[in-house]
Formats: sequence, structure tokens, C-alpha cells
Amino acid sequence: MTLLSVRDLTVTLMTGSGPADAVRNLSFDIERGQILGIAGESGSGKTMTALSIMGLLPYKGKASGSINFDGEELVGFKPKDFRRVRGKDVAMIFQDPMTSLHPMLTIETQLTEHLRHHRKVSRAEARARALELLDTVKIPDPETALKAHPSQFSGGMRQRIAIAMALACQPKLLIADEPTTALDVTVQAGILKLLDELRKSQNLSVIVITHDLGVLSALTDRLMIMYAGAEVESGPTSQVLTRPRHPYTQGLIDALPDSEAHGKRLIAIEGMPPELGKFPSGCAFHTRCSFARNECKSGTPNKVDIDGTRRIFCTVDPFDTPAGVNR
Amino acid sequence: MKPVPAKVSVFRKILRGTGFFPFIVKRVLTSILLIFGMTFIAFSITQLVPGDPVAANLGQSAYSDPEIVAAFEKEFGLDQPVPVQYLRYIQKLSQGNLGISLSSKRPVNEDLKEYFPATLEIALVAVVIAMILGLLLGTISAITRDRLPDQIIRVVSLTGVSMPTFWTALVFFYVFFFLLGWSPGTGRLDPGAEPPPQVTGMFTIDALINGDFATFRQAFSYLLLPAIVLAIYALGVLTRFTRASVLEILGNDYVRTARAKGLPEFTVIRRHVLRPALLAIITVAGVAFASLMAGSVLVENVFSWPGLGQYAYRAAVGLDLPGIMGVSMVVATVYITMNLIVDILYRVIDPQLRKAEQ
Repeated sequence: MTLLSVRDLTVTLMTGSGPADAVRNLSFDIERGQILGIAGESGSGKTMTALSIMGLLPYKGKASGSINFDGEELVGFKPKDFRRVRGKDVAMIFQDPMTSLHPMLTIETQLTEHLRHHRKVSRAEARARALELLDTVKIPDPETALKAHPSQFSGGMRQRIAIAMALACQPKLLIADEPTTALDVTVQAGILKLLDELRKSQNLSVIVITHDLGVLSALTDRLMIMYAGAEVESGPTSQVLTRPRHPYTQGLIDALPDSEAHGKRLIAIEGMPPELGKFPSGCAFHTRCSFARNECKSGTPNKVDIDGTRRIFCTVDPFDTPAGVNR
Repeated sequence: MKPVPAKVSVFRKILRGTGFFPFIVKRVLTSILLIFGMTFIAFSITQLVPGDPVAANLGQSAYSDPEIVAAFEKEFGLDQPVPVQYLRYIQKLSQGNLGISLSSKRPVNEDLKEYFPATLEIALVAVVIAMILGLLLGTISAITRDRLPDQIIRVVSLTGVSMPTFWTALVFFYVFFFLLGWSPGTGRLDPGAEPPPQVTGMFTIDALINGDFATFRQAFSYLLLPAIVLAIYALGVLTRFTRASVLEILGNDYVRTARAKGLPEFTVIRRHVLRPALLAIITVAGVAFASLMAGSVLVENVFSWPGLGQYAYRAAVGLDLPGIMGVSMVVATVYITMNLIVDILYRVIDPQLRKAEQ
């Protein structure tokens, strides 16, 4: 069953030189209990997509198109309506657990304040739920942890607490914006495993936003690759990563350091991702694409459906061979 | 099962408080050293000022009589070398004796007991007004950033900071006393009215202690206008500072987290923004309060308020060394005490500081 259905989402931000579209005509769906990965370089519009679902777009930011969440249309929602949904049905965890928790408030306050607000439970009930949550995210000695402040925990533990906070009201959708980027590699695996367990035990839908394809390959069911605010490729994670069809996806995968390529020079994508407000016309990637032709420079790239589960936005579609990419 | 951990936690709180005591003891000891250091500086400065206290305090004819001059110098110890004068002063000071004022010819202790509470009273009311309004206006200004309320508040607070206090004092006095008649006028009470029996020296509080509400109302009505004038400058500073702190805190990730929880905006501001912002604001408020006390000279003169400012003015003009020293002592003590209170408040607001000390 579809929980979230985004159609033609465009996010316009106010920049120093006037309004600019940070997200352009984005469409995607998430089923219940599914994990969707959104990947792309910095500035590709991943976070703005998430913030528009949360109603937390920056000052003077505007979303248009349609975001249907569990039967409700979120585009055009008033701040008051967003406050009703936010924290209760849609929750979000942020990149840096060192700064996303309030340094002066106890863990108990931070775990229970929205629970008490949304669910109108008593202090004792909220406390019991907080203990349960800390146990779920595997914080040792939850009783002591409740009285502690964030500074007494390591980065990985803080991210677990942030996840516990997000889960307090049993949301239907969890958005994790770069949940492991600020953490040690050894801690990353634990957080990813936790997210996967939660998805299974609570039938939680999750959007994981990252630029780390390794994180996504381990965790997500489906994957969407974004470039300059628009989708370039999407499909089941394993297919997208093993047989990418869009030149940009191929470039991202080539740029991954892996054991097979040990000793070889990494292949970086030429050039820099475009800045907000300076996205190239046509297929935005044409300035860096080795397959680019004249027709890529204007109009919109062709949408190519593959096997009914995948699609790419590429007029050239250079890897359209039965064996996929010829390595 | 529940009450037991509750008792344990109260006990632990007291234990936790022990981290406080060494801190406070250390701070009080250094404060005493600071005050002694201050006496040295204040004493040196009064000696460096060109001017003869004898000439300033004796009349023309008395000054021309060498015998009277010698007697005056002997009485106030001015015939001794300066280092001896200082050591004598310190010796008396350690017994709590601030000496005899050259101008009022009364013990400085007595003078301060009379003048200091009057100033403390308007300064306290002023700082309360400035704190409440400053926090409120500064926060509104930050939340409505670049919109109309913010624009208005910014202009008004800038005006408050820019207006010289003596000018505001005169304008307010003209408008609220002369034109509107809302203020009863100058002084602390109606002419001929009996002040309440002295406990704190602050008429409003003494009247309340005495259960005399009529006197309280009267004292308060006299107090309000000078307090507001005194508050205006501090209000401008506090509003601007609150706006800046709140804007800075609003940009923090943890505020976004609080918003992501769907909390009401009021809760987000009060719990997640103002609490950390207060840390910076009380530092400024502490200094503002101390400078209100020191800077009340002009306001007190306009409103004929018999406070420390007027006393300091007279002592300075009369080169009244014990008087000047006494006022310096009081102001220094107020500054140091305010800093101590601010440091303690820090630990109340931010539990991490307390934990760091254990």
C-alpha cells in the first residue's frame, strides 16, 4: 500500500539572486514498510525534498506539485496542520547528532515532550515509553540515560537517541537525512542495522538520504538518484547499482573506491555539480556527460521505462544493451 | 517502589550541590581581594587629581587661616604622607569603618546606608522593567525578522540606546509631570510625608514590611518615572542583544529538531531557544544592572532623588576622599556581586557546567 506519493514536486528557494528551483518535477512513491534511498551529490535537492515533506523548508522556501501522505495533501498545508503531522506521523533524523540534540535538556525531556504534546499522555506513561524506546535503540542502562544530557553520550549513541526521539509517537514515515555521515564507519553499520530492524518490527517506511552508495546498497529496497534537483534514475536498489542505465549513476559507481579496483586510479566525474540557480538547460548533466549530444542541451530528457520497475531520464540511453554496461 | 528512587535523587541533588560550595567560597575570597585591589586604584586616582580637598571644603576666610587649615588636616589625617593615609584607611576599612565624610562631616557608613538603598530601589525596578521588556521585544523582533514588528522594535531600541539619559530624563519629566500630571514629581515621597521605619532603606519594601499600603503606593508612584528613564538605555541594549542571541540560537540544528517534533512554536521558543539564549543575555543584564547603579547620577539629579548618584556627585566635587572611596567600594561590590550572581545563574540554567565541575 502506498504511504507517500509525490508528484511533480518543485521546491523554490529564495537565493541572493532571486528565486531558484532546488527540486524540479520530482515524482516518487513509498510503500508501507519500504526503505527508499535518495542519493546524489551535495546540492542535488535531496534534503530540500525531505524538508518539503516535513514542512520545514527554509525561510521563504515554497513547494508546489503534490505530496500525498496517507490520504492527506501536504502541499498547501498551513503551519498549524504541519505541526499536527510532524513528529507524530512523519519524523526526521538529521545528519549531525552532535548538534541536533539540545545540549541543556535531559534525554527524558527530549524523548517525551512531543509524545506528551501529540498523544496527551501522562508524565509517567511518557517516561515508561521513553524507557522502552531507549531499549529499542539499544542504549545501555535506560534509567540512567533518561536523567543524562546529550554531552554524556558518544556520536553513535546520540544518533540512537535521535532515532528513539523520532520513533516516540510511532510515526508511519521516518526520514533519515545522512544518518551515518557524521559517524565512524564502525558505528555506521550498527545504526543501519537498527533502521532495518525497525522497518521490519514496526512496518515503518523510511527515506534514507545520503551520498554514500555503500550505505544504500545494504539497506534500501528502492533507490532514486538525483542530479541538480531532478531524478535521473530510479529502480530496485540491486538492479540500479549492478546495472546502472544512466551515465550519471554509472559515474557515481565508478567513483566508489572498491576492493576489486584496488591499486587502480579512481574514476571521478569530470567537473563540478552545478550550483543552485545555475542549473544547465536541457538535461542538467549534459555539461559533464561523455555521451552528451546536441539534443541533450535543450528540452527535457526522455523518460525511459525499463521492465516496469525502473526508469531513467536520458535521451541518449547509452547503456541500452542486453548485458547492461560493458565493463 | 517509586518513592525510594525519588528520595535517592533528592539526596543526590544535595550531593551535587556540594560542587557549588567550593566554587562559591573561591569566588567570594577572590572578590574580597578584588575589592582591596580596587581601593588601591581608587585611592591612587584621587591623589592624582589636581586639587586640594582642604580648599574645597573650607570657606575662603577659613582657608586663609593656617591654624584652621592645620586643624582640618589633622582631623582628617591629611597631614600624613599618602602611603600612611592609605594604610590607615585600609586598617579602618578592615574594621568596617569607611571614615568620616569631608563634606557631610558624618561617618561615610551612615551616609551610604541612607543613599545607597534609594539608588538600589530605582535600579532594581529599572532592571526588572528592562529585563522583562527587553526579553519580550528582543524575542518578538527575532521571530518576526525583517517584517514590520522587527523593523519597529529595531528603530525604537536603537533610539533608546542613542538618547542621552539626561535628555530622556528631562523630556520624561516635562511630559509626564508637567504636561500630563501622571507623575507626582521629584523626591521619594510627598513633601512632609513620614518615611517608613528603616529596615532595608528602600521605601516601598519598608512600607510593605510595615503593612502601610498607602505609603507603598506613594513611594512607588515617585519611584516609577526615574526608574523608567533609567531603564530605557538598558532596555535598548537588552532588546538588541536578545534579538541577536535568539537569532543565533534559532539557526541551531537542535531548534530544527524541536520543530521537526511538531511542538507548538511557543514551546520551541521558550524551551529550546530562550533557555540557551538566556545564558548570554544574563551576562549583559548583570553588567547593565551594575552600570545602571553607577550611571544613575544624571537621573537622580533631574528627579532630586537622594541616592548614591547625588552623593557621588557631591563627594567628587568636594574632593571628599572618604566619600569617593565609599562610593567606589559600593559600586565595585555591586559589580562583583552581580558577576557572582551571573556565574551562579549560569550553573542553574546550564546543567552541563555543574556536571563539569564535579
